[in-house]
Amino acid sequence: MTPDPTVVRLAGVEKTFTLPDGAPMTALTGIDLEIARGEFVSLIGPSGCGKSTLLRVIGDLTPPSSGTVTINGKPAHRARLDRDYGMVFQSPVLFEWRSVEDNVRLPLEVAGGGRAQREARVREMLALVELADFARHHPYQLSGGMQQRVAIARALSFSPAILLMDEPFGALDEMTRERMNSEVLRIWAQTGITVVFVTHSIPEAVFLSSRVVVMSARPGRVTRVIDVDLPRPRGVETRENRRYFELITAVREALRGNDGHEPDAVSDSRLEAEGFSG
Amino acid sequence: MRRALDLAYRYLPALVVFVGVIGLWEWAIRGLGVRATILPAPSSIIEALGENWEAGRLILPAAQNTLFEAGGGLLVGTGLGLLVAFVVARFTVARDAILPLAIAVNAIPIVAFAPLANNWFGTLSPYSKMAISAALVFFPIMINVLRGLTQVEGSALELMRSYAAGSFAVLTKVRIPNALPFFLTGLKVASTLSLIGAVVGEYFGGLNVALGRVVVESASALAFEVTWAAILVTAVAGISMYLVIVMIERLLIPWHPSVRGEQPA
Repeated sequence: MTPDPTVVRLAGVEKTFTLPDGAPMTALTGIDLEIARGEFVSLIGPSGCGKSTLLRVIGDLTPPSSGTVTINGKPAHRARLDRDYGMVFQSPVLFEWRSVEDNVRLPLEVAGGGRAQREARVREMLALVELADFARHHPYQLSGGMQQRVAIARALSFSPAILLMDEPFGALDEMTRERMNSEVLRIWAQTGITVVFVTHSIPEAVFLSSRVVVMSARPGRVTRVIDVDLPRPRGVETRENRRYFELITAVREALRGNDGHEPDAVSDSRLEAEGFSG
Repeated sequence: MRRALDLAYRYLPALVVFVGVIGLWEWAIRGLGVRATILPAPSSIIEALGENWEAGRLILPAAQNTLFEAGGGLLVGTGLGLLVAFVVARFTVARDAILPLAIAVNAIPIVAFAPLANNWFGTLSPYSKMAISAALVFFPIMINVLRGLTQVEGSALELMRSYAAGSFAVLTKVRIPNALPFFLTGLKVASTLSLIGAVVGEYFGGLNVALGRVVVESASALAFEVTWAAILVTAVAGISMYLVIVMIERLLIPWHPSVRGEQPA
């Protein structure tokens, strides 16, 4: 199930944080994972399992304490400098002083390059997320779902090799979330980009993914990888498919199997506060 | 037509209260016979203003001189405030060295230095008043801009990191736009302070053609209508400076909630 070429290769990745009281805390341990070009892989696990941390390690936003992260055969740091990563967070993080098109253009401005090419790319991306009519609007004039679509357009504007998404639809209502799921699948099919998607929603993980990576609570480990063999393209009928429910059950059992107890005090947010307070 | 009605609804209450208070004031003075040395009537203040506008106490040239001092102080103080804020935001070492000192100095009532500034830069010179004004302006600008440059969402910085953006790009594309609303907030406070600095500086001596001097000298001559007239002009100058900054704010940061909130869509 791991056809070449491999885009993401994690080998023996470990991440240890030092808590404010000086005690070390292992967030991730022994992570080995390969993700092939064009795959859609979800990371799922209980709060505090370090799934967001793992995404940040892949994206070179925080270095692993040990182990290696290789992206298209390059170290993660090199990959970041080569602009191989598109990032989408739970909050859209749009710059409120920039219009929709200016937000999408931002990474292209940073990267430099020709103006005409840049403008064409901005138009192309806005068409991709179906927001061409809103190019001159400001973020505050858009709904939450639309803002997140702008964030996706922005993340894809510079044609990264991988799209890293950290619970991107976690703050949206259920209806909008399902619409965004279909939207993201359409974009994924259209662009052929490799996606790593962090979520705590089992249905979302199953609906979207080619594989679901199930993680355990601290220290975060990969306990199971579940192949999702639902036919594509997926849509409304997928959510009524018997296989869909079987897979949801399989993921749920995998989560329960390694998570007999509720995770305690240290949560993802504390990990993040520890690692990224700057 | 609708727009005019909306405007009327918005400003009418304030206008009614304003006119009401002035009317009440006038009536209280005339009706109750309060002595002009305690509180002159609005009508006699306006009269005194007219008589001393370009003659007598020369309120118009005095206002021009005071505004020159306040404006200069605002400019110099803002420039220095911006400079220090950028340096301090850029270098953590500078932050540790300068910031505690700056906060301590800020706690000192700077107008207490006014007589010294007169001594340093010349009592008759406008620059002594400008210095006080600049010192007062410096802190709100520095502290606000520093906050705006450094209080950037962590995920915004991570995004820029994922674009492989250098610190210059982060500065120009994230930190500076983020600091703009903070800067304008600081500027609103600073504009008022600049005028206070200039007028208080003048209280401690200087050329007679300055609003602070008009206030001091007319009061000691018991010409209180003139004192009030000079205070009125100072107030109008302060409000005008503030309004200019509000206009700049609408031009520079139309996207900001503080600006948008005033004009609901």
